[in-house]
Amino acid sequence: MAIWNFLHKMASPPHFYGLAAKIIPWFAVTGIALFVYGAIGGLFYAPPDYQQGDAFRIIYVHVPAAYLSMLAYVVMAIAAGIGLIWRIKLSHAVAASAAPLGAWFTFLALVTGSIWGRPMWGTWWEWGDPRLTSELIMLFLYFGYMALRAAIDDTAKADKASAILAMVGAVNIPIIHFSVEWWSSLHQGATLVRADGPAIETTMLYPLLAMIFGFSFLFGALLLQRVRAEVLFRERRSRWVHDLVMPAGDTQ
Amino acid sequence: MKPRQQRMLAVGLTALGVLVTVGLTLRAFQENMMFFVEISDVVQGKVPDERNFRVGGLVVNGSVTRKPGQLEVEFTLTDHESELVVAYNGILPDLFREGQGIIAHGRMGDGDKFIADEVLAKHDENYMPPEVAESLAKHKAAKEAAIAAESGTAPSD
Repeated sequence: MAIWNFLHKMASPPHFYGLAAKIIPWFAVTGIALFVYGAIGGLFYAPPDYQQGDAFRIIYVHVPAAYLSMLAYVVMAIAAGIGLIWRIKLSHAVAASAAPLGAWFTFLALVTGSIWGRPMWGTWWEWGDPRLTSELIMLFLYFGYMALRAAIDDTAKADKASAILAMVGAVNIPIIHFSVEWWSSLHQGATLVRADGPAIETTMLYPLLAMIFGFSFLFGALLLQRVRAEVLFRERRSRWVHDLVMPAGDTQ
Repeated sequence: MKPRQQRMLAVGLTALGVLVTVGLTLRAFQENMMFFVEISDVVQGKVPDERNFRVGGLVVNGSVTRKPGQLEVEFTLTDHESELVVAYNGILPDLFREGQGIIAHGRMGDGDKFIADEVLAKHDENYMPPEVAESLAKHKAAKEAAIAAESGTAPSD
């Protein structure tokens, strides 16, 4: 079938290496354009909130960062699972490359939330809050995943062990998302993903959506570039990397 | 079974096992996962006597009283069913106001009064410009007045 042929071709490192190089500029340009629109719209054109005033504008960094922190984990866990079941090395490379990006987004979400929480809630951090705690656990899951990879020299073994950790940790994703519904919490409920539509004015909403998609495209560009570097390192002894570095005719 | 299908089964069963384990654990700790308890549960005495806990509710309109020249403040919390008087001595967060959802940490004092050592404001998930909030409040008041006039139960004495 055509789709399987395509996927099979995609999983071949040299083909991916070339294709990703063509996709990255498009992702980067789209991401930057959305980011600029979102930042200007959010910081200058959106009206202040009726209760929080201008302090609500941290939402334009906090929400995209929090969303990406979870998306990166889902990408990592699914890639790790595919790598484990179908033994696709490229898939493991994707998982390994997603982890540091996800950790940074998690860190950003925690820090911006804390800065907002101090004046609004009256506290930097509350240990008992399920949303805050489950997001922090995700940061530690990322750290654990990266530490486990770094501790095992054999790439194939590191892929396997870390893939299991990534998939087991995925149970935390629904907990983060539903924490504000299942339990009473200090953190507010969902504003965007609701049965009765977003609970936010459209003038505030559009820049926020632009930021979320902008962050996503930039994440895609960064991820692809990291996977290219990871593939190059993993295949460093292969023929195609040798030919890439020293093209035919170059006798050196 | 092919080795690939075996791996698929192993991954699937592991995921299922983890899901069930975590689900049951969270169920068992349901009460401890709650960040705060509701006013009605406090009033009905479903809280520990000798331990600090958090209570969450809405600040009743017109219930906030301050001692002049001091930080000491008292207010009433409600969950639209029961009410609880809270005493606090400290700085209140920006979002603290009447009608706002707040969370107080502390313990029960004498005479069914809750002695708070920390007060946090809980923000809701609604974001709107001030003008929209004003217009919403205006329309709500107008609607309530209309309903009151229609029912004609205004006391005449």
